[in-house]
Amino acid sequence: MSKSINIVTSTIVPINIENIDTDQIIPARFLKATSRDGFGKNLFRDWRYENDDENQPKKDFVLNNPTYKGKILVAAKNFGCGSSREHAAWAIKDAGFDVVVSSFFADIFKNNALNNFLLPVTVSEPFLQKIYDAVEKDANTSIEVSLPEQTITIAATGESEKFDINAYKKTCLLNGYDDIDYLLSIRGEIEKFENERI
Amino acid sequence: MAKTLFDKIWEKHVVKNVEGGPSVIYIDNHFIHEVTSPQAFKGLENRNLPVFRPKQVVATADHNVPTLNQHLPIKEELSRIQVQTLKDNCAKFGIELYGLGHPFQGIVHVIGPELGVTQPGKTYVCGDSHTSTHGAFGAIAFGIGTSEVEMVLATQCLMQSRPKLMRINVDGELNKGVVSKDIILHIIAQISASGATGYFVEYAGSAIRSLSMEARMTICNMSIEMGARGGMIAPDQVTFDYMEGRLFAPKGEEWTKKVAEWKELYSDADAKFDVEINIKAEDIEPMITYGTNPGMGIGVTGHIPALSEIEDREKPSFEKSLHYMGLEAGASIKGKKVDYVFIGSCTNSRIEDLRMVASFVKGKKKAEDVEVWIVPGSKQVEKQAIEEGIDKIFEEAGFQLRQPGCSACLGMNEDKIPAGKYCISTSNRNFEGRQGAGARTLLASPLTAAAAAVTGVISDVRELI
Ligand code: SF4
Repeated sequence: MSKSINIVTSTIVPINIENIDTDQIIPARFLKATSRDGFGKNLFRDWRYENDDENQPKKDFVLNNPTYKGKILVAAKNFGCGSSREHAAWAIKDAGFDVVVSSFFADIFKNNALNNFLLPVTVSEPFLQKIYDAVEKDANTSIEVSLPEQTITIAATGESEKFDINAYKKTCLLNGYDDIDYLLSIRGEIEKFENERI
Repeated sequence: MAKTLFDKIWEKHVVKNVEGGPSVIYIDNHFIHEVTSPQAFKGLENRNLPVFRPKQVVATADHNVPTLNQHLPIKEELSRIQVQTLKDNCAKFGIELYGLGHPFQGIVHVIGPELGVTQPGKTYVCGDSHTSTHGAFGAIAFGIGTSEVEMVLATQCLMQSRPKLMRINVDGELNKGVVSKDIILHIIAQISASGATGYFVEYAGSAIRSLSMEARMTICNMSIEMGARGGMIAPDQVTFDYMEGRLFAPKGEEWTKKVAEWKELYSDADAKFDVEINIKAEDIEPMITYGTNPGMGIGVTGHIPALSEIEDREKPSFEKSLHYMGLEAGASIKGKKVDYVFIGSCTNSRIEDLRMVASFVKGKKKAEDVEVWIVPGSKQVEKQAIEEGIDKIFEEAGFQLRQPGCSACLGMNEDKIPAGKYCISTSNRNFEGRQGAGARTLLASPLTAAAAAVTGVISDVRELI
């Protein structure tokens, strides 16, 4: 897993569905593992296979369509709603994605993604539509996501939009730091806080 | 300056504010369960760290556990390993575990309040989105991912940005047959499954004040289903009466002192919210969902929206959802046959829910071709139900009272709804495959679920009471 993100340029995998919940991203029956690895093969499991059978891929589902590949997943509004399972972020990352683009992310998913160096990029509805249009025209269309510049650009048309990310998280992602590294570094302050509040 | 309930608690828990970023928030209690904790413990091991404050962690096994024959070893291997891993980790890191066989075992969001761990003015997290349940006591409680579980185990803190605040006022009197589950399903149907994303919600108003603690928990529980980080209700005498005498609740002088402090926990009269929503209790009907997210709900006598009522952009998702559910746009839902009835989950598995169902079904029988599962939220709820003779009422009605756990709420154990079958469920999520691959979930209150159990079809409980 790449720790740290800078500029990601890639073709995309478009899923034009709203309210994709974490039960679709990774169904509960795959949450029984006790490690973080190997979730990618069960990403969107029930949308991907007929009768839960890997020999029966559903032809019309985008992950089974070799035309679409890349490191950027593009989904419609309210992506990642539902459960707090970080397994959803692990599955997406493990399947080879570094960026997820949507017009709206559920809160917990967004945090989980950031904690796993999977960059959630929130774009406007019109810009999202432009991405879908571009990829419909040309499946090989490529997108550049620049974390330092906080921009997302459709290569074919040059159309670009800025995205938000808080300054602290941006530094973490660029440098490969975790929140936990930071929290451990201030344990003295935490103890002081505990002693003073009683 | 006027303060909100949220801010009063938040400010007391800020360890420090990080330049250009989130705040470091101190967590009073951390609930853990078998599914979202193993990778966090592994993380600690990799870093060679102990659990920072093991006494502030409460553990239970709930998601994977069987609801029949809990005294036998778990049959399914992966479930067994996960439950065992929790046991090993708790022993190793010095954490109290209310695991299988323990008289306190149960769904994590049921046992916290029941044991008096959940208290006003405190902060709670759990690797589980329905942690919002605990907010019913006037606490800040929210779900986190496994990396965050690791952070809290290691430091008792989290990095969080202060969310925006929303207040939902429900005023007036509830109609006959309408209960707290209907209130929250109504709210989510109004504002949609993403309507509160980015917000922490405070529920207020006379209809909320009139609710019992159990009913308040049902409402806060489902805050996440409209995207909210958490939900909360200011504590009052109802809260204190529920808490007094519980195992971990303060006692004696400490109790008196705490109650005085808790009475200060409310939003000041002129406190500002980013969004305020007003709902009339009289407008709420017994609710049911027809689609595959909790925002797709209607009154039981209503009809599913026609395609023409749906915005173009939303049509593909809407049609996909109805196709999965095997339902028609524009159709009414009353009278639709159901195959399973599930009464349980951290939304509606407390003693009051079971009492409500029992008083409705007393002397009635379930419809012949319906299977009814009642899964209590905890060992203590189960015990109390038996002491009160509720188990007998269920038995006579042909309902099966099982043992505590998450069960068919997410079907991680054997309790799955078969593909294509309809299940009226008191749980909180109707996502595709949530109750088993291909299962079709209709969310409703325990009363509406009990009505369907008796008639075999979706019914208006108001006609039956
Ligand atoms: S009962 Fe359902 S929603 Fe509640 S904690 Fe268990 S799985 Fe989650």
